Amino acid sequence: MTKKSAHEILEDEEFRTLARQKNLISLILTILELVIYFGFISLIAFNKPFLASKLSGSMTVGIPVGIGVIILSWILTGIYVNWANKKYDRMVENIKNRIGG
Amino acid sequence: MQTVIGQTNPVAIFFFLLFVAVTLAITYWAAKRTRTTKEFYAAGRNITGFQNGLALAGDYMSAASFLGIAGLVSTKGYDGLIYSVGWLVGWPIIMFLIAEPLRNLGKYTFADVVAYRLSQRPIRSAAALGSIITVLTYLTAQMVGAGTLIKLLFGLPYEVAVIIVGCLMIAYVLFGGMLATTWVQIIKAVLLLGGATLLVILTLAQFGFNYGELFGQAAQKYGDKFLEPGGLVTNPIDAFSLGLALMFGTAGLPHILMRFYTVPNAKEARKSVFYATGFIGYFYILTFTIGFGAAVLVGQDIIKGIDKGGNMAAPLLAEVLGGNIFLGFLAAVAFATILAVVAGLTLAGASALSHDLYVGVIRKGVSAEKEEVKVAKIATLILGLTAIFLGIIFKGQNVAFMVGLAFAVAASANFPALFMSIVWKRFTTQGAVSSIITGLVLATVLIILSPTVWVDVFKNPSPIFPLKNPGLISMTAAFIAGIIVSLATREPQAEARFEEEKLRTYVGIGAE
Repeated sequence: MTKKSAHEILEDEEFRTLARQKNLISLILTILELVIYFGFISLIAFNKPFLASKLSGSMTVGIPVGIGVIILSWILTGIYVNWANKKYDRMVENIKNRIGG
Repeated sequence: MQTVIGQTNPVAIFFFLLFVAVTLAITYWAAKRTRTTKEFYAAGRNITGFQNGLALAGDYMSAASFLGIAGLVSTKGYDGLIYSVGWLVGWPIIMFLIAEPLRNLGKYTFADVVAYRLSQRPIRSAAALGSIITVLTYLTAQMVGAGTLIKLLFGLPYEVAVIIVGCLMIAYVLFGGMLATTWVQIIKAVLLLGGATLLVILTLAQFGFNYGELFGQAAQKYGDKFLEPGGLVTNPIDAFSLGLALMFGTAGLPHILMRFYTVPNAKEARKSVFYATGFIGYFYILTFTIGFGAAVLVGQDIIKGIDKGGNMAAPLLAEVLGGNIFLGFLAAVAFATILAVVAGLTLAGASALSHDLYVGVIRKGVSAEKEEVKVAKIATLILGLTAIFLGIIFKGQNVAFMVGLAFAVAASANFPALFMSIVWKRFTTQGAVSSIITGLVLATVLIILSPTVWVDVFKNPSPIFPLKNPGLISMTAAFIAGIIVSLATREPQAEARFEEEKLRTYVGIGAE
């Protein structure tokens, strides 16, 4: 494999794919987080009766929904780490190996 | 019920002295490993992702969030949960947009990243101003909270408490730098998570480990309303504005951002956010349970009788369930919690003063290693003494707005410039400075005119600016200012360096 200069790497298809994938996944996950949190706030603002409705006993729908926002946020960070550890790091290694002096 | 809260508690003092002894021993150990700037600001970049995750959690979970949120839940029920959720949702944003580029591009402060391909001196001056305002307002709120809480918990005079906290935090940072600060934060996080977990287990044991039973009894005592959203979100725009400030402010807090330089690479930085988010989320779920437990097992009348804001809900619950010993332990943990947060803030403020202002602006980037460490230590001392001074002059003042201000400034002055400098090729020096100054000035002025200061502090009948937190306006304006001014100016050298920056952002080539 021929080594490439830093400048050539930037024009390189592999680097472009890496940057594109990273941007895409960051964007999707950020939007998801925004939707989850502001969706929750909107529910509180516009549909209190839904959150106040009973699930079982005294437990309201709002409790699992609120806790769910916390857990989902954490899961999203987990999805990102999992993707980055498995895919992104490998692509980064490939590119690093191909960069010559 | 009879409570010993507010009296001199030998158990609490014992646990507290134990914590101080251990942390000072660590500081002594760390002092020998704190000679270079890399060691002082970034603990030699030898902290693992897991350790940094704990330290980030320790840096972020303040005594106000532990005692305050448990108190809010115990007095307001479900609304306390809504409030706590807002404090978590900034962490995924740090993960997706900030952590890795920050680690790859910067050295010690977030201003390193903004200044990467722009003119050093104007950027560093503006960014340091944003950092210092964020740190000082947050620090003042913490110091006033510390004095008040320690007075409530230990019966210690307010000023004495502030001075003890100030001196210890100065000692950690001055001698042990980031390494000592990190370990103080790790120990605190473990103690706080452990203490809160134990409190939840003891609480649930009273209800046969059945959440339904706990919620049932709470509803019986305080009505169904207690488990429903109440008056916290009345105006949706207000809630959105606060939500934006919390979310993007977390991603612009200098003391949090600085922690990403303590790990060896971007991979560890990313792992640390995952751990931190997990710990903090788990902690907020615990405080929610603690709040409900306190409402049922202690009762709102007693909680409010001791402190109107409900801050003593968790300690009272500990006393009911585990007696004096558990109360003493938890009180000491609260003290430790305060120390870890203020130490992190002091270090971040000192770095802005020494690394950005002194070296970056006054010495134009040229400074000997030894000199910079010395200046950083002097800055630590100045900042620590300032914090003690501010803590004392703001005694008895309503400083709740200061945390809101810190987050609004972080979201408006720090985050937009940081984010645009990473992703946007055409971003210019003038654009960045305009963005930072717009965010800083708007956030500050609007919060003064808002209900939180204009009405609650200055006692005017009605606010000039309607929103409680200006995040929505000030952050949007900071982005717009940055974009318009950048488009109106050109900086060919900065554009030319974007490709190189991009390679470093994504691949980490040349990262410190």
